[in-house]
Amino acid sequence: MNKVEIRDLSDLQLKSIRDGFGEGLLMNAEKNPDIVALSADLTESVRMHWFADKYKERFFQTGICEQNMAGVAAGMALSGKIPFIGSFANFSPGRNYDQIRTSICMMNANVKIASSHAGFSYGEDGISVQMLEDIAMMRALPNMTVIVPADAYQASQAVSASLAVDGPVYLRLGRAESPLIFADNSEFILGQAQLLREGLDVLIISTGYLVFRSLLAADYLHKQGVEAAVMNIHTIKPLDESAILSYASKTCAVVVAEEAQMYGGLGGAVAELFAKKLPLPIEMVSVADRFGESATSLELHKKHNLMEDDIVSAANRAITRKVNCP
Amino acid sequence: MLSVAGSGHTGGSMGIADILTYLYFSEMRVNPQDPQMPERDRFVLSAAHMAPALYASLAEAGFFPQDELLSLRRMGSRMQGHTVRNMTIGVETTGGSLGQGVSIACGMAAAAKIDHKDWRVFCVLGDGESNEGSVWEAALFAAKFELDNLIFIIDRNNIQLSGNAEDIMPMTPMADKWKAFNWQTIECNGHDYQDIATAFLKAKEEKHRPTCIIANTVPGKGVSFIENKWEWHGKVPNEEQLKTALLELGN
Repeated sequence: MNKVEIRDLSDLQLKSIRDGFGEGLLMNAEKNPDIVALSADLTESVRMHWFADKYKERFFQTGICEQNMAGVAAGMALSGKIPFIGSFANFSPGRNYDQIRTSICMMNANVKIASSHAGFSYGEDGISVQMLEDIAMMRALPNMTVIVPADAYQASQAVSASLAVDGPVYLRLGRAESPLIFADNSEFILGQAQLLREGLDVLIISTGYLVFRSLLAADYLHKQGVEAAVMNIHTIKPLDESAILSYASKTCAVVVAEEAQMYGGLGGAVAELFAKKLPLPIEMVSVADRFGESATSLELHKKHNLMEDDIVSAANRAITRKVNCP
Repeated sequence: MLSVAGSGHTGGSMGIADILTYLYFSEMRVNPQDPQMPERDRFVLSAAHMAPALYASLAEAGFFPQDELLSLRRMGSRMQGHTVRNMTIGVETTGGSLGQGVSIACGMAAAAKIDHKDWRVFCVLGDGESNEGSVWEAALFAAKFELDNLIFIIDRNNIQLSGNAEDIMPMTPMADKWKAFNWQTIECNGHDYQDIATAFLKAKEEKHRPTCIIANTVPGKGVSFIENKWEWHGKVPNEEQLKTALLELGN
């Protein structure tokens, strides 16, 4: 487990997670000439336009052809390139799952799948773009690494981390302006959970945008006399099982908070782990097997119970359910 | 091979054999002693169910011993039911979900262009496979990026799993479609060496456009009771049928 420094969250600074990705891509492209980027007509939306402007010969506009984009990337990877493919999460991996499965994962092709607008991060666009099943889909694939950065700084670090993997990586990115959480010197170690706050009454495990809400919830719980630990899982697969188990064995109660469907995401991963190794009460803060609608991100988070007070309630429920804690 | 395996795709595998023989013995730059040679031409079997024909060609070319062919579809075998990438035996790609090898081939050809390499990419796909929309996405991509180092060979055998190709989903006029997608398009008799050679020569000479060779083939070629029968797309001969078939092929 990796204990990292976070910023003073009372002095809130916002930056879109996809911006961090775009900066990370540009920075790594300078160092690594094998990096190529492919976009299915969403170049600026996924923040690939900085790369596209600077490295014209390494950028491929594939048109609105997500399936072909994934397959082309596989072919490039088998020929020594390191392709990043960019689209919205509902199109990639939503539409090209079969290509990701057969052409990328089965050959362990070194393709990085960068997908923005995940979750409710672009609420106004409506139901179809709000991808909430992607974590479950990508986590189920052998050879796939799944990374969900929690802020823009971490998104940039995630690009570098993904390059250390010789194989497919899914990078789940949000569109919304998101609070910067991590101090500039904070370390990102692939596959290692990050402990952001200590506390022995309950462990809140979170990923992506809801990490910020989890920290707010922990503040609120502290005022109620409840000490909550907050753990950021930026790498959902491979999951840092030992860090989760060792901390949870001290709190004996767990909350999982994520901007995703309740089935198969981080909550699913954590539940599988505890069911096998350490049965204890788990409460989920996630989308309850429903689709969204057009609204602001915030309105959707409220309607689908993804707010800090929902995390607080979940923590209290988990604590009430504790049994036989040392 | 298919008879011993007890399952597999007989019609298409037999129909594409002449094309693969031409590719491995007269056209492609490959080296059975060094299957991973960086400057090799790449072969992608997008219609990966025709794997038996590819394995037979690779064995004949000396990539691996011929007796391994009889392990087709057995656990632990390198002769997987549909191709699985294995560079020790010259199998470049994993396939089995139609309409994907075409995209992989595009990516390989684009990578060669980025690196200014002169190796080429050959991709065999089926006429039934061309039902897949992703085939046409790949067609757009290759034309846009002027991948003249990319050659598609469509196995125009007019059958697919549940019927005659024109009944399942008409693809006629096939050549006009590829021309309209801005590919050099050549039709040939997929069993006539001279005709095949002429087509590949034109492909080699073409600049700025990818080439699509529509090879008119007879599924089950050489065995009267298999030829042109869609029912033989996905089944294998029993012992008696095998004897008859081998006798016919021997003649």
